[in-house]
Amino acid sequence: MSFQLIERQILTSGKRQDIPEQPPVISTRDVDVYYADKKALDKITLDIPANAVMSLIGPSGCGKTTFLRCLNRMNDLIDICRVEGDIRIDGQDIYAPEVNTVSLRAHVGMVFQRPNPFPKSIFENVAYGLRIHGLTSSKSELADRVEDSLKRAGLWEEVKDRLDEPGTGLSGGQQQRLCIARTIAVQPKIILMDEPCSALDPIATAKIEELIDEMRANFTIIIVTHSMQQAARVSQHTAFFHMGKLVEQGETRQIFTSPQDERTESYITGRIG
Amino acid sequence: MTDLFTKVTPELKRRLRHERLFQWMGRSAIFIAIAFLLVMVGTIASMGVGALRQTHIELSVFLDPQELDTARLYDADYGRLVKKALRARFTEVKKRQDKRKLYNLISSQAEFTLRDLVVSRPSLIGQTVKVWFTASDDVDMLIKGNISSSTGNTQRRIDRRETRWINDLIAADQLESRFNSRFFWSGDSREPELAGILSAFAGSAFSLLVCFGLSFPVGIFAAIYLEEFAPKNRWSAFIEVNINNLAAVPSIVFGLLGLAVFLNTFGLPRSSPLVGGMVLALMTLPTIIIASRAALRAVPPSIREAALGIGASRIQTVFHHVAPLALPGMLTGAIVGMARALGETAPLLMIGMVAFVADVPNSIFEPATALPVQIFLWADSPERAFLEKTSAAIIVLLCFLVVMNLSAIILRRKFEKRY
Repeated sequence: MSFQLIERQILTSGKRQDIPEQPPVISTRDVDVYYADKKALDKITLDIPANAVMSLIGPSGCGKTTFLRCLNRMNDLIDICRVEGDIRIDGQDIYAPEVNTVSLRAHVGMVFQRPNPFPKSIFENVAYGLRIHGLTSSKSELADRVEDSLKRAGLWEEVKDRLDEPGTGLSGGQQQRLCIARTIAVQPKIILMDEPCSALDPIATAKIEELIDEMRANFTIIIVTHSMQQAARVSQHTAFFHMGKLVEQGETRQIFTSPQDERTESYITGRIG
Repeated sequence: MTDLFTKVTPELKRRLRHERLFQWMGRSAIFIAIAFLLVMVGTIASMGVGALRQTHIELSVFLDPQELDTARLYDADYGRLVKKALRARFTEVKKRQDKRKLYNLISSQAEFTLRDLVVSRPSLIGQTVKVWFTASDDVDMLIKGNISSSTGNTQRRIDRRETRWINDLIAADQLESRFNSRFFWSGDSREPELAGILSAFAGSAFSLLVCFGLSFPVGIFAAIYLEEFAPKNRWSAFIEVNINNLAAVPSIVFGLLGLAVFLNTFGLPRSSPLVGGMVLALMTLPTIIIASRAALRAVPPSIREAALGIGASRIQTVFHHVAPLALPGMLTGAIVGMARALGETAPLLMIGMVAFVADVPNSIFEPATALPVQIFLWADSPERAFLEKTSAAIIVLLCFLVVMNLSAIILRRKFEKRY
């Protein structure tokens, strides 16, 4: 606990007018994850502040995606995966027995590494989440929400004339923005992004990054990325994972300019990874 | 320029030779397969095409008012009228034995043809009418050239004198070959010229309907549960092994099971397409489960993640996204299983569907037979004319199969989606 306090002092001593002071939305304490007998995450303790972008960086296999998938319990789908420790979102333990993953995932949306639109029309892709959660009461309201979500995902102008065409017919970048529109349509508080740009070209990547920056006002975003530049561009906070351990976390600027741990330094300077 | 791109080393030569050899072997394998198929289809078609035509004979029948009591038209002796007409046509025939031969020119069906005519138009009584009758199978065979004149006169089904009568009829334009619609619209008969495929066709169609209705829903729900919901443990592994084993069980075993359980324990109607379909469903079920599980496994996990990620429940994920994408594969599996069921005789043997059924079944509860059984029964019959019927029945069976497979392809195209 004292370590936490010191760290917070380090954080608050820096210049960060752009980040409002708020209690953390997500807080994890001593989270261990096992795949069968293999330990994938070791005592992860991390606070994630609201309405900001936190990037999770680290070499391949360090556990950052595993950690991300703990936050909306996607790891439940893997039979051999076991999660221990305490993960709280707005103070609620999300692994408590009374928690239902359907409402959790409506609250904590996710965008995946490869764009994965449903093989349905563009409209249906966005409308699906609204339908299953019963979020709209009329057809016109549904259409409005779909339009609004597509606008917020920066895709409306490109697809407004072909909403009936299959979502799978769009380009990779458009597909990923469609997936983002689909996620924000159900109005989650938190959006998890698992390397959302790794399958995209630089122009599409730039569009998504711009979008992430805009979305920060309404959502808490946690993004896993392999690109250090991307982490530096889009995030306010960064956590560095290495071999299943959370090595260092803090303001992005501080992590990239004056890392405290030598492993962090090696990674961001390109010596490991 | 160097010869970098043209130089052929011994090593490269060997690789090229291997490639050519492999392609050549592949082509010859395909050629052999096609040749066998053509020989089979060609033989069956050339033998079966004769069954599409049937010889008919025209006779002038005097509808004698003394024989036909207008109050009881249905019970009159029309056979006598037909025989009279034959005797009138060939007045030179006097001896009893010869008369019997003469009557054999016309099918035993003739009296019913005449009865139906008179009952529908009683005003014809007292007149002499020209009626076309179905010729007997022996006449038909002679016309189709299937009776060789090199066989000794007394051993032939049609001897020299009968041949003369027939030639006489031909000369008088009283004998002609017509399209044999009876083959498609009637049930089985002991007389080859009267035998039709419809009862077997209806029996097969009803059985397959029952089979599909039972095995498709049960099969896909079992597959969906096993693939998407069941925990992966020792029990599910045990069930999987058993399903795979069931797919390899000889079909006659399912027939025995059907006999013991469906007929003897539950007392369901014997020889009915209902029980036939149930037995075939047992046989088809493992095939459908295995194919459906493979189809579900082929749906990319990203689709499941996408649905679960926006908060769809597991049921919603499966029924809104995964199952529709797997449906074409499931249908293909079902059709493959059904095609096998269509050709199956052994399990039907056990539940009494191997029977002479002359009536066309109207429901799944009436006694029926099936196409492969009908083929077997006709192939086993001594009459020469059943030979072409057998081949024609095989053609009908093959057409049934082609239609089933075509509809499967069309359905698959319709449901197939890109992802």
